[in-house]
Amino acid sequence: MSCLRVDGITLRFGGLVAVDRVSFAVERGEVFTMIGPNGAGKTSIFNIISRLYRPSAGRFYFDDRDITDVPPHRVAELGIARTFQNIELFENATVLDNLLVGRHRHRSTRVWEDILFLPKVRRAEYAHRHRVEEVIDFLELQRYRDQLIAGLPYGVRKVCELARALCTEPKLLLLDEPSSGLNVEETEDMAFWINDIKKELGITVLMVEHDMTLVSRVSDRVLALNYGRVLALGTPAEVQRHPDVVAAYLGA
Amino acid sequence: MLDFIQQLVGGVALGCVYGLIALGFVLIYKATEVINFAQGDLMMLGGFFAYTFVAQLGFSYWVGFALAIAAMAAFGAAVERIVVRPILGYPQFSIVMATIGLGLVLRSVAGMIWGTDDLRIDTPFSAGVLRVGALVLAYDKLSVIVATMLLCLVLWLYFNRTRMGVAMQATSQNMLGAYYMGIPVKRVFSLIWAISAAVAGFAGVLLAPIAFIHTNVGFLGLKAFPAAVLGGFGSIPGALVGGVVIGVIETLSGFYLPQGFKDVAAYVVLLAVLMVKPSGLFGLELRKKV
Amino acid sequence: MRILFKTDYDQDIRLFKHSGYWWSYGALLLVAVLAPLALGSYLQSQLVFVFIYAIVGVGLMILTGFTGQASLGHAAFLAIGAYTAAYLQKLGVPFVVYMPLAALVAGGVGALVGFPALRLTGIYLVIATIAFGFIVEEVAARWESVTNGNEGMRVKAVDLLGWTLARDGYGFYYLSLAVLILVLLAALNILRSPTGRAFVAIRDSETAAKSMGVNLAVYKVMAFSISAGITGLAGCLYAHKLSFISPEMFTLLLSLEFIIVIIIGGVLGLHGAVLGAIFIVMVDPFLTFLKDDLPRSFAGLAGSLGFSESSARALQDTMERIGGAPGLKSAIYGVIIILFIIYEPYGLYGRWLKLKLYFDRFPVYKKATFKRQKTYVKSERNR
Repeated sequence: MSCLRVDGITLRFGGLVAVDRVSFAVERGEVFTMIGPNGAGKTSIFNIISRLYRPSAGRFYFDDRDITDVPPHRVAELGIARTFQNIELFENATVLDNLLVGRHRHRSTRVWEDILFLPKVRRAEYAHRHRVEEVIDFLELQRYRDQLIAGLPYGVRKVCELARALCTEPKLLLLDEPSSGLNVEETEDMAFWINDIKKELGITVLMVEHDMTLVSRVSDRVLALNYGRVLALGTPAEVQRHPDVVAAYLGA
Repeated sequence: MLDFIQQLVGGVALGCVYGLIALGFVLIYKATEVINFAQGDLMMLGGFFAYTFVAQLGFSYWVGFALAIAAMAAFGAAVERIVVRPILGYPQFSIVMATIGLGLVLRSVAGMIWGTDDLRIDTPFSAGVLRVGALVLAYDKLSVIVATMLLCLVLWLYFNRTRMGVAMQATSQNMLGAYYMGIPVKRVFSLIWAISAAVAGFAGVLLAPIAFIHTNVGFLGLKAFPAAVLGGFGSIPGALVGGVVIGVIETLSGFYLPQGFKDVAAYVVLLAVLMVKPSGLFGLELRKKV
Repeated sequence: MRILFKTDYDQDIRLFKHSGYWWSYGALLLVAVLAPLALGSYLQSQLVFVFIYAIVGVGLMILTGFTGQASLGHAAFLAIGAYTAAYLQKLGVPFVVYMPLAALVAGGVGALVGFPALRLTGIYLVIATIAFGFIVEEVAARWESVTNGNEGMRVKAVDLLGWTLARDGYGFYYLSLAVLILVLLAALNILRSPTGRAFVAIRDSETAAKSMGVNLAVYKVMAFSISAGITGLAGCLYAHKLSFISPEMFTLLLSLEFIIVIIIGGVLGLHGAVLGAIFIVMVDPFLTFLKDDLPRSFAGLAGSLGFSESSARALQDTMERIGGAPGLKSAIYGVIIILFIIYEPYGLYGRWLKLKLYFDRFPVYKKATFKRQKTYVKSERNR
C-alpha cells in the first residue's frame, strides 16, 4: 500500500499545460525527489496535492483514499504537511508562535472554552508546547525561540518552515526546494535532518530539489519532469544517467 | 416611455459624474495601488476653486475652468508630497485611512473658507435645452456626458499608448522593480495625483450647474465607490461604465421605487457585485503564486 | 533590566509575565475604582464613555488588528446592540436577559456579514463594511415598528435585579468598568489560545494558515462574530448612557471614531484600545476648550504683551470663529489620523513600548531600532 499515489494529474492554465498526465506512487517511509528545470511543474504538483490548485484532470490518493476534492484546510488533518518555496512564515510572530500554529490540527478545545481559558485549555497548551519543544530540540532552534521572524536570517527561516511543518506531526512531508538559498554547511545540516526525519520520525518525504548532491545523498527514488511530463523514474543513479534527463536538465 | 428616457438621460449624466470620480480612484489605484477616499472632496474643492475664479475674481467661464483645473493639479501634487509620500511602504490600510483623514480635513476647511451655503456659477450651459421630438434634454446634462467621454478617451490613450502611462502601470504592479528599471517613481506619483485631482476638479466644475457647489458634494464620492468596484478597479473604461450603470440605477430607482431606496440602491448593487464578481466587469483576477 | 529565567510553560502562558505587573495593574484598577469618588460628575461621565469606546476598541482590535479584516462599519453593530437592548427593554425583558441578548444578536449579524466577507480582501472589505453601515442606518430609520424610525427611542435606566442604576450614578460606572475588564480578559484569553493564534495566522499569511489546517471560513466568520458581539454589548451600555437613541447617531463618522481609537492606540496590544478611547473622548472637551477658554486666554496674553485692545479683541473673535466652526471636529479627526499615521504608526501603546525598551536597554538603545526600512509599496493584490 503506497503512501501517496498520483494518477494522471493534469493542470492547465488556459492554454498552457503546466502538468501533463503525471502518475507516480510514493511508498511509505521513503524519500522521493522530483527534479527538473524551472517551469517543469514540480511546485504545481505540490500545490495540487495540498489542494491550493484544482487539477484539470486526474486523481490522487493518500493511503488509498481519494483526496482530490477535500478542502485545503483538511489536508493538514489528513497528515500531509508542506513547506513553501518562498517562505510563508508569519512575519510578525515569534518562532515559537509560528510553531504553535503548526499544532493547530491537533487542537482539542472549542472557541468558548478558549475564551474562558478553562483548565483543559491550559493542559492542552502544555501538551502543544511540549511537542513544539521536541521539534525545536530536533532542529536546534533553541536560541531563536522567542525572536520575531522579521529579524531572522534566511537560513534560519528555512529551518523554521521545516519546523512548523514537522509540528503538525505529518505522515507525508512535502518539501519545496529545502536547500535553495542555503550555504554548504546549512545544506549539510538539511541532509542530516532529512535522513533523521526518515529514520527516526518515520515520515515519508516528497521533495523538490535542484542540488544534485543533496538528491543523491538523501533520496531513495527520483522522478524527473520536463514541461509537465515524466521523463524518468528510478534510483538517483539511474535517473542521473538517463539520456532524456541529461539532455533536458543535467547536461553532459 | 418619455419619462423613462428623460430619467435615463438624467441618470447617464449623473453616472458620468460618478464615473469621473471613479476614474480618479482608478487612476491613483492603477499607478500606486492606493485607494484615495478623498476623491469626492477633491471634486468639491474643484467646484469651490471654480467659484472663486469665476464668481469672485470675475474671470470668464472657460478661463476660470482652466484655472480651476490647473489649481487642482497643483493642489493634488502638493497633497501627494505632504501626506502620501511620507507613508509610502506602509500597509495599504494605513494609507487608505490617511486619505480618509485628508477628506475630512478638506471638507471642514472648505466649509470654513467658503461657508456652508449653496454657491452657484453661471455656465454657458445653464440655460438652454435640446429638443428631440417630444424629449426635452437640458444642455448642462448633455455637456457632462460629452465632456466625460472625451476625457475618458484621452486618458485611456495616455495610459495605454504613451511611455509614461505604461510606466505608471508598472509602478503599481511592482514598485521595487520600477525603481530598478529607472522609472522615476516619485515623479510618477506626483504626476498621477496631479492628474487625478485635475480630473476630480473637472468633475466638480461640470457638476456645478446640476448639484451646485457645496461642502456635501463630497458625499457623492462615496457613491462613486460602487461605480469603481463595478467597473473593476484597474480599468479606465470600466470606471466610466460602472459610473453610468450606478447613475442610471439610482435615478431609475428614485423614480420608480418607494422613497428611501434611491440612497441605498447604489450600495446594494455594490454588495451584490462584491459577492458575485469582486474584480468587477473589466477588472483582472489575480492570484498569488506560492 | 529584569531578566526572566523561564523554567515552566506557565510563565509563557499566564497573563502577568512577572510579579511587577500585579503591582502596576493593581494600582491602575484601584485608581479606576476610586476615581468616581474623587472626580466630579462630568469627568466621571466622560470616563464611562471611555469605557464604552474601549470595549468597542477591543472588539475592533480583534477583527482588524489581529485577524486583519478591516472594518469601517462597526457603528452598525453598536446600533444593533443598542436597538436590541432598547426594544427588549420596551417589551419588559429584564436587564440581565437583554444585555447578553444584545451581544448575541449583534454577534449573529456579525456572522451573517462575515460569510459574504470571506470573498473580499483588503480594500474591498473596507468598502463593503461602509456599505453595510449605510444599509443598517437606513434600516434603523425605516423599520418603524421596532426602532420607531427617525423619532428615536427613549431608554430607561438600567434595572439590575431590582436596583436602578441611573446613567450618571456610581452603579452604572462600576457596571461599565466591570464589563470592560471582562471583555479585556476574554480577549486576552482568546489571544493566548489556539483560536487567537489562528486569527493572527490569517492576518499574516492566509496560504500558510490554510496549509496548517486553519479553516479560513470558520475563523474569519468567528472573528467577525466575536467582534460584533463585543460591540453589541457596548451598544447596550451606550443606549443606557445616552438614554435616547436614533438612527442618525450611528453614522460613518462614528465608525471612523472607532477606527481612530485603533489608530491612536496602536495595534500592538489591547492596551491600545483603552489609550485610544481616552484620547478620542478627550476631543470633545478639547473642542470646548478651543472655543471658549483658549481665545480668552490668548486675548489676555496679547493684551499683557502690549497689543492694543482692539487687536486683542479681533484675535479673540477669529479664534472663536474657527473654534466654533461646525466642521472643526471632523477636521481635527482628519488631522489626528494623518499625523498619527505618518509619525506614530504603532500608536500610543507602541510609543509606550518603545519608551520602555529605551529604559530597558539604556544606554545601549539604538535609535534606528524602529526605523522603517522599506520605502516602496509591496503589491497587496497578491496576498
